[in-house]
Amino acid sequence: MFRRRARAIEEVPAAPLRSSSPFWVIVQKEFGDHIRSWRFVILLGIVMLACIGSIYTAITALKDGVTSAGGGTDTRFLFLSMFTVSDGTLPSFLTFLSFLAPLIGISIGFDSINTERNKGTLSRLLAQPIHRDDLLNAKFVAGLLLIAVVVFSLGFLVMGLGLFTIGYPPSPEEFWRVVIALLITTVYVGLWLNISLFFSVRFKQAATSALSGIALWLFFLVFFGMIANMISNATAPSNPSDADAIISHEHWMMLLDRLSPANLFQEAASTMLLPDVRTLNAFVTQEQAYRAISAPLPLTQSTLLIWPHIVALVAETVVMFAASYVLFMRQEVRSRS
Amino acid sequence: MTTRSDQPVIELKQLVKRYGPFTAVDSLDLTIEPGEIYGLLGPNGAGKTTTILMMLGLTEPTSGTAKVCGIDATRNPMLVKRKVGYMPDDVGFYDDRTALDNLIYTAKLNRVPSDEARRRAETLLERVGLGEAARKRVGTFSRGMRQRLGLADVLIKQPQVIILDEPTLGIDPEGVRELLSLIRDLSRNEGLTVLLSSHHLHQVQQICDRVGLFVRGKLIASGDIATLSKQLDNAPTYRVEMRVSPWSPSLEKALGELEQVERIEVVQEGGESAVVTLSGQGDVPSELARIVVEQGAVLHSLTPRSYGLDDIYHRYFEGGEARARLG
Repeated sequence: MFRRRARAIEEVPAAPLRSSSPFWVIVQKEFGDHIRSWRFVILLGIVMLACIGSIYTAITALKDGVTSAGGGTDTRFLFLSMFTVSDGTLPSFLTFLSFLAPLIGISIGFDSINTERNKGTLSRLLAQPIHRDDLLNAKFVAGLLLIAVVVFSLGFLVMGLGLFTIGYPPSPEEFWRVVIALLITTVYVGLWLNISLFFSVRFKQAATSALSGIALWLFFLVFFGMIANMISNATAPSNPSDADAIISHEHWMMLLDRLSPANLFQEAASTMLLPDVRTLNAFVTQEQAYRAISAPLPLTQSTLLIWPHIVALVAETVVMFAASYVLFMRQEVRSRS
Repeated sequence: MTTRSDQPVIELKQLVKRYGPFTAVDSLDLTIEPGEIYGLLGPNGAGKTTTILMMLGLTEPTSGTAKVCGIDATRNPMLVKRKVGYMPDDVGFYDDRTALDNLIYTAKLNRVPSDEARRRAETLLERVGLGEAARKRVGTFSRGMRQRLGLADVLIKQPQVIILDEPTLGIDPEGVRELLSLIRDLSRNEGLTVLLSSHHLHQVQQICDRVGLFVRGKLIASGDIATLSKQLDNAPTYRVEMRVSPWSPSLEKALGELEQVERIEVVQEGGESAVVTLSGQGDVPSELARIVVEQGAVLHSLTPRSYGLDDIYHRYFEGGEARARLG
């Protein structure tokens, strides 16, 4: 922070002509590179297909629901259910998103630093009057901008197509719920971008870095839940009537579950898109479940409910960024080594 | 912020860089004056690149100071990097961008406004002979073209000093000649100070005003070629190549008795004549000719050879390295 301020003072006399700072020059260039790359086109294709598929499945489900229940479907948040319901043939938009989001993040970041190094452009770049952290920051910002653009355009695309097909306009609350859910998605993809950025600093080969990212993604997708389950079974209290022990055990397991960014995202996004979710903690007793009022939460309460999740996601992102930052600042920059 | 003419452009004082127990650069003192072309000559792994990185503030020295244009490179790398153009060995570009794009990007990173950047890039590309290829992707460039583009890339920020790390590596002889004359022109016409590192002594010899011999982190000699050969102990300064027939031990003995002659080497023997080189401290071609004739031999030719950096290089590097390996 102080260094930045000092830099600003130092650079004023040196740049009498008005020109954008090196940081934004790098951001511009990186953004352009991403958009032109084949990888981005392929990714966009996959995500687009997923998006159209999920709309199709949502609409079929909604139609079936309306006809079979004879108008008994809860129409209060009909628009939001565009994002969450499915007729069983294809996953819903939300499930697709939670599945594909890490992939977008990984594919944008995995070769950002090591390719520069391998192509010999890193030392040339750092010999220019830019700060070393500017490069890393710019790579991150460019990636995040791109992600934000992709996520929001997809979200709005689904909204628009939904308007067309079901012809039922969203209420302002529904609109804001979708926007917040998209913001959370952006943060989540940003986390994966950072993870892959970290690997790109750590590993010299782009392939190693990509594989590590995908391995981590699979770990959280498939194995983390299994491991958490195993631990839960192993440590479950033996006495079923000891309520305190059971509750404390439940809390610990919940904490373990929520270490996974995938779970955090899943919970946060579904709370946003399903206003009926009143609590994210499992009911421990029958009475709790029985006495809970079944009514949707207002937007502010839903936000309050998932605020810790958002904070945790941002914190995990910051931790990953700090790790790659420290690693990068300590690395020696030599040409192609 | 102009550099006074009496102030050295590059000033290294007791510069040390250690990697664990390994000392890459060992208490290096080096001063380079404005407008000079200085050649840093040394075998691979002598610490040339490390020294250059310390001058740019890309690596922190273990101890000592590196000053460029009077600015401490370790404390204030940003100011130094604004004045110094650096071309790394095996310079890389963004392959999917054009040469022009690559140059404009560098210019913009130096806060040159867009239109000015484009103008400068076009002029420079013309100048390094890449005017035709300006809009081609760099991925299609040959090694020599990349190296010339590298030179343009270094110049686009209009530096006071340019540092070139192994600029001639991997280019064909004609390309080397062109590149070197380009560098020389730049230095002469625009008063640029040039520091170039190389392990290729012929090239260094061609264009450098002064040369520093760098072996295992130490600068063992520094100066122009004549001073250099004097600095190196026992280095002979004169050398003569003779073609005589017949070559006999008695002739060799007679020549060896001449006090100026230190070493006699038979380069080629057999047939009717032999080619020998004599090296020593004095320039005595007439004496040599007299002895040959007195001994009853026929002197076919006598060519004085300057004592080149080649020999110094061989004596110091190959000898030194071999000794190091054995020890």
